[in-house]
Amino acid sequence: MLEINNLHVQVAETGIEILHGLDLVVKNAETAAIMGPNGSGKSTLSYILAGHKGYKVTQGDIFYNGQSILGMNPAERSALGIFLGFQYPIEIPGLITMEFLKVAINALRKARGQTELKVPEFINRVKEIAKRLSISMPMLKRPLNVGFSGGEKKKIEILQMSLLDPTFCVMDETDSGLDIDALKIVADGMNRLRSSQCSFLIITHYQRLLDYINPDTVHVLSKGKIVRSGDRDLAVYVEKNGYANIIGVSCG
Amino acid sequence: MSARAETIRQVQEIGVDQYQYGFETNIESEKAPKGLDENIIRYISDRKQEPQWMLEWRLSAYNRWLKIKEPTWSRLQYPPIAFQDYHYYATPKNIDQNMLPQSLEDVDPELLVTYEKLGIPLREQEILAGVPEKDRVFSENLSRSGHVAVDAVFDSVSVITTFKKELAQVGIIFCSISEAIREHSDLVREYMGSVVPVADNFYSALNSSVFTDGSFVYVPKGVRCPMELSTYFRINERNTGQFERTLIIADEGAYVSYLEGCTAPQRDENQLHAAVVELIVFKNAEIKYSTVQNWYPGDKEGRGGIYNFVTKRGDCRGSHSKISWTQVETGSALTWKYPSCLLKGDHSRGEFYSIAVSNGYQQIDSGSKMIHLGKNTSSRIISKGISAGFSSNTYRGKVSAHRQAKNARNFTQCDSLLIGHDCSAHTIPYIEAKNAQVQFEHEATTSKISDEQLFYIMQRGILEEEAMALLVNGFVHEVIQKLPMEFAVEAQKLISISLEGSIG
Repeated sequence: MLEINNLHVQVAETGIEILHGLDLVVKNAETAAIMGPNGSGKSTLSYILAGHKGYKVTQGDIFYNGQSILGMNPAERSALGIFLGFQYPIEIPGLITMEFLKVAINALRKARGQTELKVPEFINRVKEIAKRLSISMPMLKRPLNVGFSGGEKKKIEILQMSLLDPTFCVMDETDSGLDIDALKIVADGMNRLRSSQCSFLIITHYQRLLDYINPDTVHVLSKGKIVRSGDRDLAVYVEKNGYANIIGVSCG
Repeated sequence: MSARAETIRQVQEIGVDQYQYGFETNIESEKAPKGLDENIIRYISDRKQEPQWMLEWRLSAYNRWLKIKEPTWSRLQYPPIAFQDYHYYATPKNIDQNMLPQSLEDVDPELLVTYEKLGIPLREQEILAGVPEKDRVFSENLSRSGHVAVDAVFDSVSVITTFKKELAQVGIIFCSISEAIREHSDLVREYMGSVVPVADNFYSALNSSVFTDGSFVYVPKGVRCPMELSTYFRINERNTGQFERTLIIADEGAYVSYLEGCTAPQRDENQLHAAVVELIVFKNAEIKYSTVQNWYPGDKEGRGGIYNFVTKRGDCRGSHSKISWTQVETGSALTWKYPSCLLKGDHSRGEFYSIAVSNGYQQIDSGSKMIHLGKNTSSRIISKGISAGFSSNTYRGKVSAHRQAKNARNFTQCDSLLIGHDCSAHTIPYIEAKNAQVQFEHEATTSKISDEQLFYIMQRGILEEEAMALLVNGFVHEVIQKLPMEFAVEAQKLISISLEGSIG
């Protein structure tokens, strides 16, 4: 279970506060959606959960399965099972995707007290997932994300997510820049993990993705705080009436 | 805050002080008195039992050196070098130049231990017998790729050369330059100084007057050398200069791949290393010359470390001849080095692949020269510079085409990677075409390892040091591939070690 209490977060370099006392609980196997207008702090929330150095917590705490994660570096959080699907996956010249996947999975297995994955087993797992996501094997022999299209990059994110056995996935605008076919493939990848008791925090602008992944809870984030929580109907309401109404009600 | 404190702690703990080869060998040595004059040169020549012509050659070089000014055009900054404060000759005491060890039993056990610690495979019989190689740094994958013959140079003398007999069977001469001067005098006399003239520059003149040891290779017509040849240089003695001299000749249609490796103990003072390497390739022949240079770089305050002033030049004398320089440079406090190719033969080809890593207060001014003289000559320069800490890393290169060099082609790519905020990278290319039918291309990039890249990789469970290694390996990948397989793994490890604790 993820529990965020009264979280205040600043941009480390400028000291400008982005999150102003955010509270949120996501239970095991729950899929929660976070919606909100531009600049509401959605991406900051995803970065701070994953431990990005550019953001600083000044107040409050984040607990994962009862343990505070604030003192942990990104790799340690990843070992706990926290996965971040990036809105803009980073290009790494010269680092072959397949090699990266192998290093990542074995680093995580080591941190989790598991034995290293044998090469044939690793290749079979990657092949199986890649096939499902219609990612070609030659693409995995290219440097990570370099020259990949927006849709390809997102699929590579889902490939990593499926391979690395996470227990809590933060998906930052995974649906942006995807055509309808790619969106279905990506949603299918997430739904598969969902059925294995993995929790999701889906950060999205639109409710389009939620047509394919039915969230248990929906939260509206505005100006660094959760201003409204509800179920699927809240997302439908937002889609129909926009944010202004909700934000206005909350502030007024 | 914690991340910054953590970084500082890491730098303090390991930083640039973690030089793996900093131990000293406790061995009695015989040294020439400090300083340099004609008597010292006579002493060296006498100790080496050299023929008269060699002594005269040295003396004339010395007189030229006295007249040449020390170069000041590089970006290197250092206090004046006190040339009279060095010992120009040092040798382990029980090595007799006349009685070079014929087998390992004759070699001082202390020396064997030293080379074992360094991971240099001197024990032929063990290699042949396939003894497990897990502890040998330089011999990974040996069993797959055959043997490596080694010439080991300790301070001023070659202590042993392995696999000589096997090589002699196919007509290849592989021995120390001192032995070559005595045993193969005609070859040495004909070729030494024919690529790098004595008075080519200040350091080549110095080297020519006091060079002590190095390797000599001659590969006869049509012979493909059946194994990697390598020389391993170690400076042990205090306040000693090492003046290595290497000469490699590949006759028509011959091929040889040669590798040199270098280390030195950790010392507060600056040791001096001024080498001259000459390569000569005839028609259809090829020399592949690789360097893994890991001289002591100095401590984290910039104290100590090797001053490395090197003149390396290859001469493509015949048509369709080829020289390929590959280097991985992680050591030395100062590096001044521009491996070059004279492309005289029509259709000859020169290549330069380089990775230069600087950390701490290291300064590098290095690059390559490709001098196109023949028709249809081609060359390629791929240089990857990585700077971290407070270091300065300069690529300086020259590509030129003579009037006769019709259809000369060059492609140059210089990539610099910066780690942290206090280091610098510079690229200074000189390009000169004296005829219109020339195609020269130059590309240069400078990039920084970004926090976003590190964050992305770490988010996948990979710890910071390893994330950094993945990024750096990605950057140097293209050059590492050019190294002989046995040394590629080692080179990659060396780069990671050199950059440990440099994330800021």
